[in-house]
Amino acid sequence: MKIREIASLLGADVLCGEAQLDEDVESACGSDMMSDVLAYVKDQGVLVTGLVNPQVIRTAMMMDMRCIVFVRSKRPTPDMLDLAKEHHICVLASGSRMYEACGKLYANGLGNEACANG
Amino acid sequence: MAEALRFHYDVDGDNFTSAGAASVEVKRKLRQLGFDAETIRRVSIAMYEGEINMVVHARGGSADVYVDKDCITIILADSGPGIPDIDLAMQEGYSTAPDNIRALGFGAGMGLPNMKRYTDEMKIDTVLKKGTTVTMKVYINTNKQA
Repeated sequence: MKIREIASLLGADVLCGEAQLDEDVESACGSDMMSDVLAYVKDQGVLVTGLVNPQVIRTAMMMDMRCIVFVRSKRPTPDMLDLAKEHHICVLASGSRMYEACGKLYANGLGNEACANG
Repeated sequence: MAEALRFHYDVDGDNFTSAGAASVEVKRKLRQLGFDAETIRRVSIAMYEGEINMVVHARGGSADVYVDKDCITIILADSGPGIPDIDLAMQEGYSTAPDNIRALGFGAGMGLPNMKRYTDEMKIDTVLKKGTTVTMKVYINTNKQA
């Protein structure tokens, strides 16, 4: 799924990383606990979270993620966006709640091979 | 590489915002040196968790990374309170981090277990009220599945 499609499905604003909107991502992880992201995530390109602090961006960097979606209308600080830009991470912000955001992405095939393959 | 490359960082203990900056820097350097993505990820995640630990529990410390041709060694040293029961600290889910740290997305009791998970060797030397030194090694070209 292209990052552009994620933004569209979630009615999200693109806060930085417009240049990456046409990149493809295969799967996602939804969590507010960064230690769990560091423990369990593998090859997931998108982090969906409602947590706002610079460690969210660093965690995504550590995991080589391409895109962060902030849910529940949370807005990252300018410092966080600078950090994301520096490391070419696309940042989206959506009014959706976590459950709804993850559900929409999964139902549309992100990280859901059965659905993605038709 | 005839001799190990060494990188040294001071980890500021008063600033949770900047915690992890050294790990980001190491990740960048390892990329420049041409290591494979999986090795880089393992080293930087283990070091990142360690850095967060030093900031949360020990008011900072120092981080040294040695890059050899067959192994990357990370040594994290602090002058914090020490770890009273290492076996307990190694259990997933056990944490002594305060609630304000949990609100920041850490303190789930996954730090030390994650450090062990992503490295090939990990040794903890700790003395109560004196400090803790964690030494981690990641072998290059081994494929430990995290």
